[in-house]
Amino acid sequence: MSEQQTAATTDETTDAATETDGKRTPVTTGASSVVRALENAGVEAAFGVQGGAIMPIYDALYDSDIHHVTMAHEQGAAHAADAYGVVRGDPGVCLATSGPGATNLVTGIADADMDSDAMLALTGQVPSTMVGSDAFQETDTTGVTAPITKHNYFASDADTVGDTVGEAFALAAEGRPGPTLVDLPKDTTMAETDREPGPAKPPETTTPPTDAEIESVKTAARAIERAEKPLLLFGGGVVKANATEEARAFAVDNGIPVVTTMPAIGSMPEDHELCLSWAGMHGTGYANMAVTHCDLLVAVGCRFDDRLTGGVDTFAPEAEVVHVDVDEAEISKNVHADYPVVGDAKAVLEQFADEVGQSPDAREWRQQCQTWKEEYPLAYETPEDKPLKPQFVVEALDEATPDDTIVTTGVGQHQMWAAQFWTFTNPRTWVSSHGLGTMGYGLPAAIGAKLAAPDRDVVCVDGDGSFLMTIQELSVAVREELDITVAVLNNEYIGMVRQWQDAFFDGRRMAAEYDWCPDFAKLAEAFGARGFSAENYDEAADAIEGALAYNGPSVIDFRIDPTENVYPMVASGGANGKFALSEDQL
Amino acid sequence: MSGDESADAPGYEFDGPGMPGPAPDERPHPDGRRNAHGVRIDPEVEAEPRYRTAVVSALVEHEPGVLSRVSGLFSRRQFNIESLTVGKTTVDGHARITLVVEETDAGIDQVKKQLGKLKPVIQVGELDGDAVRAELVLLKVRGDEPDKVHAITQMYEGETLDAGPRTITVQITGDQQKIDDAVDAFRQFGIIEIARTGQTALARGDTPTTPGEEPGHSTEPKNSTYRDETDAEDN
Repeated sequence: MSEQQTAATTDETTDAATETDGKRTPVTTGASSVVRALENAGVEAAFGVQGGAIMPIYDALYDSDIHHVTMAHEQGAAHAADAYGVVRGDPGVCLATSGPGATNLVTGIADADMDSDAMLALTGQVPSTMVGSDAFQETDTTGVTAPITKHNYFASDADTVGDTVGEAFALAAEGRPGPTLVDLPKDTTMAETDREPGPAKPPETTTPPTDAEIESVKTAARAIERAEKPLLLFGGGVVKANATEEARAFAVDNGIPVVTTMPAIGSMPEDHELCLSWAGMHGTGYANMAVTHCDLLVAVGCRFDDRLTGGVDTFAPEAEVVHVDVDEAEISKNVHADYPVVGDAKAVLEQFADEVGQSPDAREWRQQCQTWKEEYPLAYETPEDKPLKPQFVVEALDEATPDDTIVTTGVGQHQMWAAQFWTFTNPRTWVSSHGLGTMGYGLPAAIGAKLAAPDRDVVCVDGDGSFLMTIQELSVAVREELDITVAVLNNEYIGMVRQWQDAFFDGRRMAAEYDWCPDFAKLAEAFGARGFSAENYDEAADAIEGALAYNGPSVIDFRIDPTENVYPMVASGGANGKFALSEDQL
Repeated sequence: MSGDESADAPGYEFDGPGMPGPAPDERPHPDGRRNAHGVRIDPEVEAEPRYRTAVVSALVEHEPGVLSRVSGLFSRRQFNIESLTVGKTTVDGHARITLVVEETDAGIDQVKKQLGKLKPVIQVGELDGDAVRAELVLLKVRGDEPDKVHAITQMYEGETLDAGPRTITVQITGDQQKIDDAVDAFRQFGIIEIARTGQTALARGDTPTTPGEEPGHSTEPKNSTYRDETDAEDN
């Protein structure tokens, strides 16, 4: 490529370029074209692990300002990229080599897919001449990931590979977000090319709706106006569409109570009187009472997952349903929508604000919801000294940190206590694995979150079983000098399983006892982090203070009450209104 | 956690015993119900969902992997598929997939919407009852009675593709009923092998087979890009 061409192309892409624009090395190979496409898309950080087939991409990254974070395991790379994207609001990027590198990403990709998180995965592949020959470290990555990606690409042309990567990046974020993947055979990335990729743009076959058809909005607006017991249900789509401001305003302006799904935690301030927190299996009693008794459910950006609905037959049984979603296929998939509204949550909420003339007369209903809040508060018992209650730990951490603190979690009892007892008031502060329920999500997610928001506090609430699954990523937090706090709620059980075994399997605790767990505080020190332990309330307070004051990664091993269970609980497939407050009620 | 005392205010106290409030059976419960498809129902008149056969046509980008994406979608979402045919259209880079599915109305709706979400899928449409449909079958039968086989082949406006001392292979085309009848008729000779293509279909008359597909334009192959302006607008 001539210098003249470089200059001309660089001029064209000034918008997307950083201040180091002038210094950017020209595209010489497929790999450098891939890296240029990432730069054009505004990518600042990427998470991955080196390997044979991805080496050309890494070599090209050597000349780039993109901050590459080497993770200890590819699963960690995918979760970190996922969380990075959740916090920043644009796709996170992860890289892995072919074969085991790519398959190790699979859990993280599936996780992002279930939660509709925008993410771009780049995988190395054996040279295309060897594809299909069972070559060393070969896996049919596009085949393996087809069911868990929004779309994936096999890039076989060095001249177009940069544009393909740009398209994949843009597609991940467009409409209903999700993970995309580009499989990069080594001959494509090694091949010479001087073709500069253009700006990242989505494929022409996809054009998601923004505004909804006005007739559908008007019809839904009439239903809202005449409702006597209206309820807003905010889903993760509200957060993804950056529509929390509009959503909150709509609720407040019309005096409509709000429940959220777990991914939407923080979309409505949980200390607002209209907010009933989140509904579902371990959601609040008042949220589940409201869902059960409302006569109009206005669901925005949610997919009616079974952990939310319980048995569909008893879900909001007397409610007409307004369903707003950017993905038309979600409408009436699980719960029939009487008023389907297909559009972007932010745009549709603006349309609703214009079209709903008269607020519904819901004074009595609001009062009823307040009564339920008083009848079924989230609470727990605290014996004087020990054992330490996990709920207390969560509340103490919440109290000791600023409002905009980002909380990540693994999956299990600790996740539910964190979701229940932390009072979230801001969107994108709750980063968790919802749909897939991936144990081990918390620590790599904390790393991704901290890199996305270096100025904010990041606390990972983890369980002993969950923490052990990706504990090796602690080495990354130490190397990157990330000021994150891991609070392990350690009950020496894979606790949610134990809770279910006790409730539904006659207490036969097969493979649920984790009394073989290592000393997490010592292990943290071995990794080069700070370690703390606490088994009573005084020690807990000291440990929290010490860990938060330490400027670097720290781990607090909270020895919590091993008998504590998560309540309220809706039995799997049961009726939301019949949530149990103790094991006797299950 | 006992729950025998009740906290008296929101913003509970630490010394409270946890979660009070009426037990599950003592709470008010609505009488309403939904069915398995999440539709609110009147229990008095509840009916079983009715399955029907639908012919769905999808215009897709003719690229590697598109068929596996479509069939993968069907297996992963447990859609009940009867047949699937695929072939190029006259537009460069386009192919048409014709699917026959047996599902409930809600299921067929999901089939169409989920198909439409796939990136290589340009348009999806369901064909109505009067669409032109056809299937091709190859039948290999025993060659003991060539005259009779020939007579039946003629009755079904078929064609003999191969005739030897021991076997005769014929081809029949037509709608599903005709093919089924023909197969029945040939049974008397002893069918050795059979290969059916599955149905393919086009909308009748001026109606586009998938929405937005213009009847006239596809006779003019466009060689520039995958798609032309008409499709871009309709998307």
